Amino acid sequence: MNWDIIFGVSIESLINATMIAYALAAIGLNVHFGYTGLLNFGQSAFLGVAAYGLAMTVSTFGLPFWTGILVGLAGAVVLALLLGIPTLRLRADYLAIVTIAAAEIVRLLFRSVSLSEWTGGSDGLQRFSDDFFTMNPYSSALEIGIVSFDERELWVMTVGWLLIAISLLIVFLSMRSPWGRVIKAIREDEDAVRSLGKNVVSYKMQSLILGGVLGSLGGFIFALSRAAVQPDTYGTEFTFYMYTIVILGGAARVFGPVVGSMIFWFLLAFINALLPSLISEGYIPSWFMDANQAGAVGFILVGLGLVLLLIFRPQGIFGDKKEVMLDGR
Amino acid sequence: MADDVTVPPGVARAREALKDVAHEPGAAKPDPILIADKVVRRFGGLTAVSVDHIEIQRGAITALIGPNGAGKTTFFNLLTGFDRPDEGDWKFNGKPLAGVPAHKVARQGMVRTFQLTKALSRLSVIDNMRLGGTGQKGESFWQSLIPAIWKKQEQEITERADDLLARFKLDAKREDFAGSLSGGQRKLLEMARALMVQPDMVMLDEPMAGVNPALTQSLLGHVKSLREDGMTVLFVEHDMDMVRDISDWVIVMGQGKVIAEGTPDTVMADPRVIDAYLGSHHDGTEHDAAEVAAEVDAPAASPAAAVAADQAPGAVDKPGTVDKPGAVAADKPGPVAKPEGDKADE
Repeated sequence: MNWDIIFGVSIESLINATMIAYALAAIGLNVHFGYTGLLNFGQSAFLGVAAYGLAMTVSTFGLPFWTGILVGLAGAVVLALLLGIPTLRLRADYLAIVTIAAAEIVRLLFRSVSLSEWTGGSDGLQRFSDDFFTMNPYSSALEIGIVSFDERELWVMTVGWLLIAISLLIVFLSMRSPWGRVIKAIREDEDAVRSLGKNVVSYKMQSLILGGVLGSLGGFIFALSRAAVQPDTYGTEFTFYMYTIVILGGAARVFGPVVGSMIFWFLLAFINALLPSLISEGYIPSWFMDANQAGAVGFILVGLGLVLLLIFRPQGIFGDKKEVMLDGR
Repeated sequence: MADDVTVPPGVARAREALKDVAHEPGAAKPDPILIADKVVRRFGGLTAVSVDHIEIQRGAITALIGPNGAGKTTFFNLLTGFDRPDEGDWKFNGKPLAGVPAHKVARQGMVRTFQLTKALSRLSVIDNMRLGGTGQKGESFWQSLIPAIWKKQEQEITERADDLLARFKLDAKREDFAGSLSGGQRKLLEMARALMVQPDMVMLDEPMAGVNPALTQSLLGHVKSLREDGMTVLFVEHDMDMVRDISDWVIVMGQGKVIAEGTPDTVMADPRVIDAYLGSHHDGTEHDAAEVAAEVDAPAASPAAAVAADQAPGAVDKPGTVDKPGAVAADKPGPVAKPEGDKADE
């Protein structure tokens, strides 16, 4: 058994770019679901629009990197408006239906053959991150004990953690302000908020935009860390992992999504590294599970863990159990 | 309560103002804060509300009563912008309010509470209160990020909230989640929160529903104190003792229309009101008073008969209310006569 690699991979996934991308996406989703009570099942679309906004601007149209970032952010805002204007006046469930459908539409548009001239179809796009990596101040890889990152990864991680810090600061400041109070009150009962003279639809829209833009930062990190965009990564399961992360960390907690993402990826990486090596060493008999099945079993175990979490700690890591129990109105 | 002994100035003022108002539906008031004309709301084929004209006197407590399904809550929803009428106009403080969305209605000074109390469960009691403050700078997203902009205003709002909490005796619960309060305390919180908006007019939808008798007295006291503070109160209520106790004026709705208006005592003696509550049409089997009296007197030995006599009109009325009762009586004399027969069996 090569424990160095198993633990090395697991510890790396505590802080690497994938975890950062999911954390940013979950921070945005936490604004929607945790604070405002908006059932957004299309968060992956916000990441997809941002990633493709960047990739298409640079790779397809040959415009500068920063223009691409602006296009990506603007894309997230436009998507929020498109989703919100028809649905936010209606009951909460409609947003869930519309967002999950919209996310699929966005993904299918990206992979459609007729648009492949611009989007690269199911192959996606590459070569849009050169400008980003020329800004890289790191010139050598980092190796501490069993953990190692190359210089490109280090640069993405530095920017990613900076974005996480900024996002958390924005969430922290806005949610403890009167604005955040209105947002949380809308989650509890929007008619009551309306009766107190607040424009509920406008606040829900603001929340949808804020969460979408924060999520789009995750889309940039995800695309840059791979130096490629590929339509099928932005499928619905992406959104469901984000929900897992938000609930794991504790909904409506500032640090919940980040810690949730760390735990999620640590466990997933650990199981995905451990199982194949247990199989190859013969500790798990091949009639029971072969190496190809190990990946799926990893997700099964994560799902099992989640079920247990919801039974024994429904408030997540940071949540307050009393608060969650109040919901049984 | 002590204020029953001497008449407080607010009561005197309201009673004096309403002294000369005619006791009839749509009566004009000397100083109306709210005037509504021809407000109609239909749900499919059912006309839930059809109010020709109504005026609410400023500074008085007006009760809106009526049997279930009379359209009271629907009318409330229309006035406060939570529902849109098919037609109609109304003015609040001289400004037209028809078609104005709910949050703007509240900002103009007409604030409502709900039949099913809407405490914001996972917010603390004090945050529930602070939410009611109007014109908060920190409620705009960009300004919310810089606490220096809204800190001072937040302090003022908190002070006002604490005063109100003390008045409503909720100060001990200040930091608790609103969801942990009892039903009655939630009613108190909802009323206190509405006052944070500093309204001219408070609309209470069944403020006493589900409140235990001990707390009822305290709630009544609070409603009365709103009048002393110069606010106008319009409330929907089923508890007639409460209506008689606190209201200066009573408006009765039945089947979507205003059917009677007047002071509590006159309205409750009004035959139209009794008809509305107990059912008006007896399908040609109208009891004449003498006959009923005789019937009540005769079998005095068996109280069950008297009860049956009381219940019978309702039983007759049920199938008749939807259709035209006269027609039923003409077409089918059999079933109409039957309850009479039942009664005789008793």
